[in-house]
Amino acid sequence: MTTRDFEPVGRGGPFRPLSSTAVWRLASFVLVFGAWEFAGRVPISPAFPTFGATMAALFQMTLDGSMGRAYLSTLQPLLIGLLISGVFGILAGVAMGLSRLFEFFVAPVFIVLQAAPVAALIPLITFIYGIGLTAKVIAVCILAAPVIVLNSYKAVRNASPSLIEMCRAFQGSRVQVIAKIILPDASPLIFAGLRLGIAAGFIGVVLAELLITPTGIGDLITYHRSVADYAEMYAAIFSIVAFAAITVSSLQKLETMVFRPEKKEG
Amino acid sequence: MSISGATDPVETATKPDGIVQARGISKTYDGGIQALEGIDLGFPKGELTTLLGPSGCGKTTLLKIIAGLLEPSAGTIIVNGRAVTGPGPERAFVFQDFALMPWASVLRNVAFGLELRGMSRHERHAIARSYIAKVGLAGFEERYPHELSGGMRQRVGLARALAVDAEVLLMDEPFSAVDEQTRRKFQEDLLHLIQSENKTFIFVTHSIEEAVYVSDQVVLLTPRPGAVSRVIRTGLDHGGSPEELRRNKRYLDMVEEIWQMLREYLV
Repeated sequence: MTTRDFEPVGRGGPFRPLSSTAVWRLASFVLVFGAWEFAGRVPISPAFPTFGATMAALFQMTLDGSMGRAYLSTLQPLLIGLLISGVFGILAGVAMGLSRLFEFFVAPVFIVLQAAPVAALIPLITFIYGIGLTAKVIAVCILAAPVIVLNSYKAVRNASPSLIEMCRAFQGSRVQVIAKIILPDASPLIFAGLRLGIAAGFIGVVLAELLITPTGIGDLITYHRSVADYAEMYAAIFSIVAFAAITVSSLQKLETMVFRPEKKEG
Repeated sequence: MSISGATDPVETATKPDGIVQARGISKTYDGGIQALEGIDLGFPKGELTTLLGPSGCGKTTLLKIIAGLLEPSAGTIIVNGRAVTGPGPERAFVFQDFALMPWASVLRNVAFGLELRGMSRHERHAIARSYIAKVGLAGFEERYPHELSGGMRQRVGLARALAVDAEVLLMDEPFSAVDEQTRRKFQEDLLHLIQSENKTFIFVTHSIEEAVYVSDQVVLLTPRPGAVSRVIRTGLDHGGSPEELRRNKRYLDMVEEIWQMLREYLV
């Protein structure tokens, strides 16, 4: 979401721009959900529930605990996979940015992985790692890691040469150049990569749950489709999309807060 | 004309009290482009020497070689009697593009050279505050670079270079990214600073007026590959009022004369 870009800073008081943004956001939700409700009532397909029915199913599934159980099992491979991709991805990316040798050996792997249609690799993962948690964690990793690695790598490689030269001119050691110039300069881009990686991790975990063994949200989607409970199936899909969107956009808010404090105060 | 008598490149080049000396400096870049050829120069202690020449003559290259940021292909730089092998504590650099850390406050930027030396926070902030005041930015300590105008940013760059208390200040076109009015004020302030700090300044510019206005000595470089064309001692009294200096006949004549010399290099 780029709504932040449209907020004029320090003009017309803090209240007006915020409320107009909120109005537009609300209007777009009303428009989309209204169209959904309308299409469901026509109906465009017997397998397409209305927005209202979907929300009712979502509510009911939350109450009976099936939604909660599903998230508990989906979040496991997601969090483990993201943690691994985040820590090792950033380390690998930074190392690639700093060392040409490391770049030479490691970069091609991630460039290929980023371009590859990963769904095609999932049967291979199942073949090697079976159908348990490991396979799902790996599915999350191969989706999330490339973008995290490549963003960190580019961020480090593109750190301001003029600031690096400045640090050298004031007798900064190599370690000081890295710690005091390169990493702070690269951190906003690294964080942006992390955000994209998390979004990719969601894709990975859902793919794994649909293609490897149905568990968690993947199980809810597959099961309700098989018994033609379309409202429940849509509720599961809606909830995971909303969950991913909210997670990623709150991360963006956090990013603005941490790296661009001046923007927030304006 | 008034200049001819005061000019003797050989004499200045071998001046024994040159705190910074360039001996036979040549620089050829990897692509085979020769930027500098056989530069022999002396930079007298406590004076301001300007490197002046058409764009692409290697002025900045020479300055960065003196700073130890670039290696010469041939020749050595001697500072205080010792050969330069890299950046050193006796030299500080003021960058054309300011090179301020956008994530750091003015205070941290100014104290950065001292931070790199491992000085305690308390100590380095005290020093930084005094230089921030000296360059006229008192009250802006907690601001960030993006909140400052170009001229103010360069004052931060200058304060950072002063804070490390180097004997030699190397300034790479420090005013080129600053508007004309700010530039004039900045030049005047710089003259005050030179009087009060007793440091050696080496200054790169492509503005003839600026070179003559602030310098004790102007080095004219030829177009690529840069070589010393002439060394001119301005013999101007920089202690007087700026208005006087700008109307001084000697100042005006010298600007004109240097323009006539540089002119032959332009196609």
